[in-house]
Amino acid sequence: MAAITQDNHGLRLIMRYVVLTLIAIIFMFPLVFMVMSSFKPDLQLLRDTSSIRAFLPVGDLSFDNYRDASSRVPIGTFVFNSVLVTGVTVLLSLLACSLAAFSFVFLNWKGRDVLLSIILATLIVPFETIAIPLLLLVSQMPWIGLEGFQVGWLNTYRVQIIPWIADGLTIFLFVQYFKDLPRDLIEASRVEGASWLQIYLKVVMPLAGPVIATAAILKFLVMYNQYLWPLIVVQQETYRPVMVGLQYFFQLNTAWGEIMAYLTIITVPVLAFYLVLQRAFIASIASTGVKG
Amino acid sequence: MKLGLTFGAALVASVSWASLAAAQTELSMWYHGAGNEVEANILNGIVADFNASQSDWTVVVESFPQESYNDSVVAAALAGNLPDIIDVDGPVMPNWAWSGYLQPLTIDESIIEGFLPGPKGYWDGQLYSIGLWDAAVALVTRQSTLDALGLRTPTLDQPWTGDEFMAALDAAKASGNYEYPLDLGMAWTGEWYPYAFSPFLQSFGGDIVDRSTYLTAEGALNGDAALAFGEWWQTLFTEGYAPGTSQDPADRDTGFIDGKYAFSWNGNWAALGALNAHDDTLFLPAPDFGNGPKIGAASWQFGVSSASEHPEGASAFIEFALQDKYLAAFSDGIGLIPPTTTSAAMTENYGPDGAMAVFYDLTKAQALVRPVTPGYVVGAKVFEKALADIANGADVADTLDAAVDEINTDIERNGGYGH
Repeated sequence: MAAITQDNHGLRLIMRYVVLTLIAIIFMFPLVFMVMSSFKPDLQLLRDTSSIRAFLPVGDLSFDNYRDASSRVPIGTFVFNSVLVTGVTVLLSLLACSLAAFSFVFLNWKGRDVLLSIILATLIVPFETIAIPLLLLVSQMPWIGLEGFQVGWLNTYRVQIIPWIADGLTIFLFVQYFKDLPRDLIEASRVEGASWLQIYLKVVMPLAGPVIATAAILKFLVMYNQYLWPLIVVQQETYRPVMVGLQYFFQLNTAWGEIMAYLTIITVPVLAFYLVLQRAFIASIASTGVKG
Repeated sequence: MKLGLTFGAALVASVSWASLAAAQTELSMWYHGAGNEVEANILNGIVADFNASQSDWTVVVESFPQESYNDSVVAAALAGNLPDIIDVDGPVMPNWAWSGYLQPLTIDESIIEGFLPGPKGYWDGQLYSIGLWDAAVALVTRQSTLDALGLRTPTLDQPWTGDEFMAALDAAKASGNYEYPLDLGMAWTGEWYPYAFSPFLQSFGGDIVDRSTYLTAEGALNGDAALAFGEWWQTLFTEGYAPGTSQDPADRDTGFIDGKYAFSWNGNWAALGALNAHDDTLFLPAPDFGNGPKIGAASWQFGVSSASEHPEGASAFIEFALQDKYLAAFSDGIGLIPPTTTSAAMTENYGPDGAMAVFYDLTKAQALVRPVTPGYVVGAKVFEKALADIANGADVADTLDAAVDEINTDIERNGGYGH
């Protein structure tokens, strides 16, 4: 009897690995195709798409696509812009949204629930519907910086960062997570004489690792994939991000190999960021049930 | 003393250079060719020559990717951030002029008298834009294909009739040597549809909109001629003459070269690739479906934005760019059709014995600009959807009627677009 149970367990384990391996392969296929194609000339790349060769390092392989993509597009500038805009926005967003959520969950003030409902309602408003009003707004916004007083934010980094710092989803994630923290902890801290700022910094945030990771990854993806907004507010190559740069390759005769090389390069920061935070991300999903 | 004199002279010289530089007014220019190195090099060369040729103006170019260029311009117009010089796709120009993004061009129009009609951007009786090239579409095939199928070679004077064209497709189909007789480029979307396919409709006697008033599409897009066109168009796909909207883009790029198609409806920009692959490649004129053979015309053009405070400088640059040597340079660089006979003679491919000279003749003989109206931008999208739907089996009459309603509603909503 014991042997049969052990066999069943072993079989289930094998089946589980087979299914998971198949799923992993399906998810890996696009990435493998992208990387393999980035080394192939266009004609071979297109012909290989009809067979398994599309996923194999076979045929005429070279770094030509990487060289040509680099000369067609200032990849370094675009990656730098995207990483800078994304990095700064993620950091500021984590700070602003966690502070907002802290206030919604732990502080008592008039209109709190109404305001939270309004913020959550913004989740159902597509960005496309507010893009033009937002464009008109930022084109007339004043700014005081190192260059002095200016009107209009177009063609800057700030126009790509500031409108994206606060968002309903990130606030919602923090609110949900903070609600699950033990109230006793907060009350004990208050009894001990800690200020709200101290509680935020020394009690709540140190416990918020998983939600910080989740919010950071989701925000990172949103920001790194920005297309429409930079398209309409940035008219100078100096400030252009990677996704707008992708359009450079769609000419009358599309350079597919170069596109794959470009995509391979710009995927590296995303993968690196995810790999760094993946453990905390998975922990957060497991604990909150939030799906990314 | 000597050192002091030298220093003084250097100071005077540097101050003079500085004042000269300060005297040059900067003109901003937006261009759709980001990512196209050859095109960018030619344009930058023209700009450098212009900047060095006079002391009043300095043109500074900002390039945009073509796919998103129009969106960038419209957004900039809303935000009040347009540059001095913009380039604009020919059929879109009337919309931008009507919307107030462009101001009339003040160049010496005697310079463009000898230009092909396509590159001249007239709207409401005024010149708003001018192109440095044109583009054309031809029926690409091989002499060996015509010989094997026993077909006569159509000429500009004697193009194939609609029946001859269909007989040619039947012959190709019957030979069993091709996956499809005809490649229309259905894998391409967007402007390709009205640019490449509305000339078929016009050859049948219909159009996207009634050009006599530009106030309705009724009759033009759903009259008898348009219905005949629609039925013919659907037959191409239902009878297996051409791959439909699910055509693999790879096949569009290489299918003709690989021998999958006997005929390909393609532009002059793809001509060199076909010639390099098969030295007996032919570029045939469009067939005549009863109302004369037609192909599309007008490509990207230069204009002056309404926001420009220096239209005289912007016009001076555009006039400067219209020199034959620059028109020829663009043609040699990116394969497009030079707009004058003199510049064509200076090119590698469009001179009297040039491999692609036929495209110049095709443009001259068959080109018809797309409807010159601000409403074209909407009409073009409606037309694209209607053709895709018909190709996918939608009822021809219902689809064209719905397209007419949509176009007419848009015209009404915009007060007739000033017509």
